[in-house]
Amino acid sequence: MKDKAEVVIIGGGVNGCGLAYVLAKNGMDDVVVVERNYLGSGATGRCGGGIRQQWSTEENIKLAMESVRVFEKLSDELEYDIEYEQGGYLILAITEDEVEQFRKNVALQNSLGLNSKMLSPDEAKEIVPYLDENEFIAATFCNTDGHANPFRVVEGYARMAKKLGVEIYTHTEVKGFKVDHGRIVDVVTDKGVIRAKYVVNAAGAYSARIAKMAGVELPNKPYRHEILATEPYEHFLDPMVISFHYGIYFSQTKHGEIVGGIGDPEEKPSYNIRSSMRFVTRMARVITKLMPVFKNINIVRQWAGLYDVTPDARPILGPADTVENFLQINGFSGHGFMISPAVTRITADYILYGREDEMLRKLSMSRFKEGIAEREASVVG
Amino acid sequence: MKDTIIICRCEDITYDDVVKAIEEGYDDIESLKRRLRIGMGPCQGRTCIPLVMRILAQKTGKNREEIEPPTHRPPLTPAPFGLFVGDEDEG
Repeated sequence: MKDKAEVVIIGGGVNGCGLAYVLAKNGMDDVVVVERNYLGSGATGRCGGGIRQQWSTEENIKLAMESVRVFEKLSDELEYDIEYEQGGYLILAITEDEVEQFRKNVALQNSLGLNSKMLSPDEAKEIVPYLDENEFIAATFCNTDGHANPFRVVEGYARMAKKLGVEIYTHTEVKGFKVDHGRIVDVVTDKGVIRAKYVVNAAGAYSARIAKMAGVELPNKPYRHEILATEPYEHFLDPMVISFHYGIYFSQTKHGEIVGGIGDPEEKPSYNIRSSMRFVTRMARVITKLMPVFKNINIVRQWAGLYDVTPDARPILGPADTVENFLQINGFSGHGFMISPAVTRITADYILYGREDEMLRKLSMSRFKEGIAEREASVVG
Repeated sequence: MKDTIIICRCEDITYDDVVKAIEEGYDDIESLKRRLRIGMGPCQGRTCIPLVMRILAQKTGKNREEIEPPTHRPPLTPAPFGLFVGDEDEG
């Protein structure tokens, strides 16, 4: 194990491995990634793999649009197939209030250059013929949204990062920090101590715990979100279908299985990631209502992961308020996979060139002290 | 002949595929599962997981008891969504 590095990244998920790759690609190879378990063992490897640009706040739309441009060429860049498909996202409006909100969303999205549009139920059925048109009143669609295989994205980033000189230590746990005059000097792990110039907190739902070791209080809370997969079927579903009203999302992977989940308003913050009967029952009721064909489709596996949720459902980026070389890249509130290319680029620009992207200011942790500006309304799952 | 020994029938993974993945560094069952999709098919790992655990033990020099099995994922056997819909009043 190295005993010093320019950058120590805590967390071997999509953002930790992605940042390591972007740094190394731009010439900084003195980078260490520390992962407590195996790569992708946290939220990344448990997520639905969706990549969506249809958001309600300008920051998320911009981060997602930049990320899609990266995902489009990522398989070539990493020389590894990330199983990326752009089948679009079809967002169903169930209530009149939603139609109102979706009109605003689409107008904002269009003003930022995204080609999303409103659809009637009949038009939506042209994209997904099995939908029950009586169960929704309108929809929005963006044909460049899509999904990729999260395992393969992490794997691709990690392989290429290692090739470029990054060291990745799995099964290695951070136990604490040595902080001196508002800076982290050493990262203490169960396998040894690493002296670091920058420390990056990409620990997902464990980010608040990691931050606390450096005396930094993050407002992030962990929430269990459950998900399931079916047997593989011949391709019949192009887009990811979602509804904020029900909190449901589902898509068909390149492998053929349907992967989907549904959020639970009753869920309380915890680190519990056990599967429940309540989830599969709620999922079955809603998915068969929206698409009756699902009644005969076989569920083969269910699991759970943790959303790392902030008070405004938007990520935290940039330096911690009291520890200047301790960078945050967490608080993704359920959409850390899809915007990882943009947030890792922004974080790398800060480390490499000291560039303070406007997003770093807007998404810094100090916003919570100043009062939350704008809450992201389009969260699902 | 080991390239013709099927370890995972759901995903068509051979003995050689498993050994190659272990040599690439996927030397615990959770990582192997994600790399090869073993245990993720309709059989729920009943066929492949015990075999893969044995190969892992042989290749890593560990005792069979030291190899952690993967987390069990319900349901026990594939079941259609229709089975879980139940009465509207429940839950």
